[in-house]
Amino acid sequence: MLQAFLQNVINGLAQGSVYALVALGYTMVYGVLQFINFAHSDIFMLGAFGGFYLAKWLSPSVSNPLLLLVSVILGSMAFCVAVGLTVERIAYRPLRSAPRLNVLITAIGVSLFLENLGQVVFGADPQVFPSLIPTKSLLEGEGLVLNNIQVTVVIVSVLLMLLLHWIVRHTKLGIAMRAVSFDIEVANLMGIPTDTIIIFTFTIGSSLAGAAAILYGLSYPKIEPLLGVMIGLKAFVAAVFGGIGNIMGAAVGGIVLGLAEAFTVYYVSSTFRDAIAFGILILILLFKPAGLFGTFKREKV
Amino acid sequence: MTGSESTFGVSTHKGISMAIDEINKAGGINGKKISLKSYDDQGQAAEAVTIVTKLITQDKVSLILGEVASSRSIAAGTVAQQYKIPMLSPSSTNPKVTQVGDQIFRVCFIDPFQGAVMARFAINNLKLKKAAVFRDIKADYSMGLANFFVEEYKKMGGEVVADVSYSGGDMDFKSQLTSIKSKNPDVLFVPGYYTEVGLVARQARELGLKAVLLGGDGWDSEKLTEIGGDAILGGYFSNHYSHEDQSPVVQNFVAQFKARYGEVPSGLAAQGYDAAMVAADAMKRAKEMTPRGFRDALAETKNFQGVTGMITINEQRNAVKPAVVLKVVGPQKFSYVTTINP
Amino acid sequence: MKRFQTLVLIAVVALLWGLNYLFEENLNPYVLRVIINCGIGMILAMSLNLVNGCAGQFSLGHAGFMGVGAYISATITSVLNLSPFFQTDLGVGCAIVIGGIVASIAGYLVGLPSLRLKGDYLAIVTLGFGEIIRICFLNIEAVGGARGLSGIPPKSNFFWVYLWVVVTFIALLRLLRSSYGRAILSVRENEIAAESMGIDISHYKVVAFVVSSFFAGIAGGLFAHFQSFIDPNSFVFNKSVEAVIMVVIGGMGSLSGAILGGVIVTLLPEVLRVFEQYRMVIFPLILIVLMLVRPMGLFGHKEIWELFRRKASS
Repeated sequence: MLQAFLQNVINGLAQGSVYALVALGYTMVYGVLQFINFAHSDIFMLGAFGGFYLAKWLSPSVSNPLLLLVSVILGSMAFCVAVGLTVERIAYRPLRSAPRLNVLITAIGVSLFLENLGQVVFGADPQVFPSLIPTKSLLEGEGLVLNNIQVTVVIVSVLLMLLLHWIVRHTKLGIAMRAVSFDIEVANLMGIPTDTIIIFTFTIGSSLAGAAAILYGLSYPKIEPLLGVMIGLKAFVAAVFGGIGNIMGAAVGGIVLGLAEAFTVYYVSSTFRDAIAFGILILILLFKPAGLFGTFKREKV
Repeated sequence: MTGSESTFGVSTHKGISMAIDEINKAGGINGKKISLKSYDDQGQAAEAVTIVTKLITQDKVSLILGEVASSRSIAAGTVAQQYKIPMLSPSSTNPKVTQVGDQIFRVCFIDPFQGAVMARFAINNLKLKKAAVFRDIKADYSMGLANFFVEEYKKMGGEVVADVSYSGGDMDFKSQLTSIKSKNPDVLFVPGYYTEVGLVARQARELGLKAVLLGGDGWDSEKLTEIGGDAILGGYFSNHYSHEDQSPVVQNFVAQFKARYGEVPSGLAAQGYDAAMVAADAMKRAKEMTPRGFRDALAETKNFQGVTGMITINEQRNAVKPAVVLKVVGPQKFSYVTTINP
Repeated sequence: MKRFQTLVLIAVVALLWGLNYLFEENLNPYVLRVIINCGIGMILAMSLNLVNGCAGQFSLGHAGFMGVGAYISATITSVLNLSPFFQTDLGVGCAIVIGGIVASIAGYLVGLPSLRLKGDYLAIVTLGFGEIIRICFLNIEAVGGARGLSGIPPKSNFFWVYLWVVVTFIALLRLLRSSYGRAILSVRENEIAAESMGIDISHYKVVAFVVSSFFAGIAGGLFAHFQSFIDPNSFVFNKSVEAVIMVVIGGMGSLSGAILGGVIVTLLPEVLRVFEQYRMVIFPLILIVLMLVRPMGLFGHKEIWELFRRKASS
C-alpha cells in the first residue's frame, strides 16, 4: 500500500511540474492583461514540434546527451517566444482597448487556428518524440520505480520556477511587471512602458511553455497537433486553483493537480481523470473564487 | 484524413485506390470503369452521416466502401440502409455494424472472434493462465475485445486478475499500471489503438511490469514500434493478414503495393484492397447494374480469395475467415506466428 | 391585434407544412439536410445569444446543454420503450420538449452557482460543466457509453425544425421586449449601475441562462432525432465554440444576426468542403479577422430590419 502511494506521488509530481510550467504562462498573462490566453496551450504544442524537428536535425552532430537536451530546450523556448510574440502583435495588441469578451474570442480563434494549422502542417498522425537522454532507472527493488527522466523533469521545472521568482521579485523588469499587473493605467502614467512589459510577459510565458513541451516530450514521447488542448485546460485549472495572477500559486496548483489526478486514477477510475480537474476548478471557484493564494479585487464604479 | 487514428484511414484509402486502378486497368466492370469518390469525415459521426448522404444523393454512388471505425460505420450505415445503397466496411469489427440492416456488409471478422482468438492463443500457445486486461473505456472496439477475451479466457480455465481501464487520448497510464503490477499477471491484454498502446508498453516496462503484452488489430501501424520503442518488442497481436504469408496472392499484393507507395502494406491497406476487390467481384456477378443487384451479389460472395484470406459472407453479412497472430520483433517488423481458424 | 397574430401564426405553420412537402418531394436530400442543419444551428445560435449577447455573460458550455436535450429526448423515444406514442411525430415532439425542460433544469443548477462569477471565470466554469456533462454520458452504459446511441426515430424534418425556429424566435423576441428583457440587457450594459438601480442581477442572469439552456436542449433534441445517432463526441468543446462563433459573427445581442450566424457557420464548412483540409484553418481565421475589423459582429446590437430604418440613435 505504501509503495503504491509513494509511486503515485512520484508519478504525480512529474506530471504536475509540467502542468505548473504551463500554468505559469497563463497566470502571468492573466496577471498583466486580465484575459485567458487560450492560444498558450497551442504554443506549448508548437514547442513540442519545434523541439522534435530540432532534435532530429541536431542529433546526428551532437553526441553529448546533456548538451543535446539543453540545446533542444533552448531552441524550443526561442521558437515559442517567436510564436507567442507574433500572436500578441497580430491578434492581441490591436484589441488592447476592446471589450474583454472580444479578446477572449480572438484568443479562442487563434487557438483553433494553430491547432488546425498544426493538423495540416504536421499531419494529424502522432509523431514520436526522440529520447534525448537514455532512460536510466535510479531506484529499483522495493517495488518503487524512479527514473532519470522523471528526476530531470522535476529539477528543470524547479530551476525555471526559481529563476522566474527571482526575475519577478528582484529585477527592475519584474517590479515593473508587478506594477502593470496591479494597475495598467496608473503604471502607464508613472512612465512604465506597458507595451514593453507586456511583450516581456509573453516572452517569459511562452519560453516556459517551450521548456515544458520538451520535458513533456521526454516523459510521453507521443506528440500530435491536438496535444495542447487538454494540458492547456488542466494547466489553466492549476493556475486558477493557485489564484490566477499569482506565480507561487500556479506552481503549487500544478503540483496539486498532478497528484490529484494520479490518485484519482489509481483509487477511482481513469474516466474521472479529466472530470477531477474540472471538479476541483468548480469547487475552488465556488468557495474561494480568488484561489488559494489570490486576492480578490472588488470592482468599483 | 484527419482526427486521431488517421493512419487507419490513410492506409485503407491507399489499398482501395490501388484496387480500383487495377480493376480499371483490367477493363473495369463489364467494360465500365469504376470511379472513386472519397471524403474525409474527420472522425466525427455526424460528419460521416452528412458525407454519406452527399455521396448517395449528390454524387449518386451505387456502393459505399467504409467506414474504418465501427462507430462511424454504424452512423453512416443507417443512411445507406435508408436509401438502400449497399455499404461494405473494410475493417469495422463491431458486431452491431452489420445489424444496422441488410445493406451493410463487411470483409473482416468481428470483435468476439478477435477477443477469443487472443484468449485461446494465450492459453494454448503461450500456456499463460494469469491475465490482466487494460481496456480503453472510450472505444467500443476495445470494450468489445476485452469482454470477449475475458469470457473466453475464463472458459478455458484462465484467471483474470485485473481488469482496469484508461481513456483514449490519455498520456499517463502509470497509476493503472502500478495497480496491475501489484497483481502480478503473466499476460497483459491491451486491446487499444497503437497510439496509446505504445505509451502503455513503455510505461509498463518502466514500472517493471514484465507480463507478455497482447492486443488486437488496433496495434497494426508502423507507429506502434516508433512510439513503443523496445518496450513493445515481444508483444503479440491478432490481425487480418501477414505480409510474410508466402501465398502468391499476398506476395503479389505486397510487391505491387511496395512499388506504388514504397512501403509495406498494413492490415488496413490489405482490407481496403480486399473490400474494393470483393465489391468489384460482386459488381461483375450482379444480375443488374443497380445498387440492388450489387447488394444481392455481395450477399452471395463465397470463398473469394482475398489478400486477407478466403472470404465468405455469411447470413449476418459478416465475413467468415481466419485470424493471424503476429509478434512484434523489431522496428516496424511484425513476424507471423500462427493462424487461428474460426 | 390578437386575432391578427393568430392568423399570421396559422399562415406560417401552413407555409412550413407546404414547404416541407415541396422540399421532400423535389429537393436533393443532401441539400435538404444542410437546410435542416442550418435550422438547428439557428436555434442554437439564438439561444446562446440570450446569454452571450444579451446578458453579456460568456458561456462556453452550450454543447453540454444541447447534449442533455439530445440524450434525454433520445432516451425517451428509443431506450425506455415507454409506449408506441413516443414513436409518433407528436410523441417525439413531446420528448424533445421534455429534453428541453431537463436541459433548462441543468442550466439552473449550473447557472445558480457559477453566474456569481464574472467574465473569463464564468467561461471556464461553463466549459468545465459542459465537459463534465459529456463525461457523464460517456460513462452511462444504458445510453451506449462511448459507442453512442443509434436507432433514434428520424422524425425531425424540415417542418418540425423550422417550426421550432419560429417558436424560438418569437419567444426570445417577446422576452427581450418585456421588462425582463430590458433588465437582462441592463446587466450587459453595466452590472454595477443595474444593481444600484435595484435590479437583482443574479436573478436575471439565471433567468437568461435557464431560458437559453431550454432552447439549447430543444436544438439538441431536434439534432438527435435528425441524425438518428448521437454519441458523446457530438457535444465536445468545439461544438460550444461553434455556437459562440455563430453569435459573434451575427453580432452580440442581435437575434436576426444570430440566425444569420447560425446559417453561415453551418453552411461554410459545406461550401469549403472543396478545400477539404484547409477549411478548418480558414474558419478560425475568419473569426480572428472579424474580431479585428468588426468587433461587434456583422450587425452589432441591432436587428437586421433596424439597419434599413433611418439611422437610429444608438
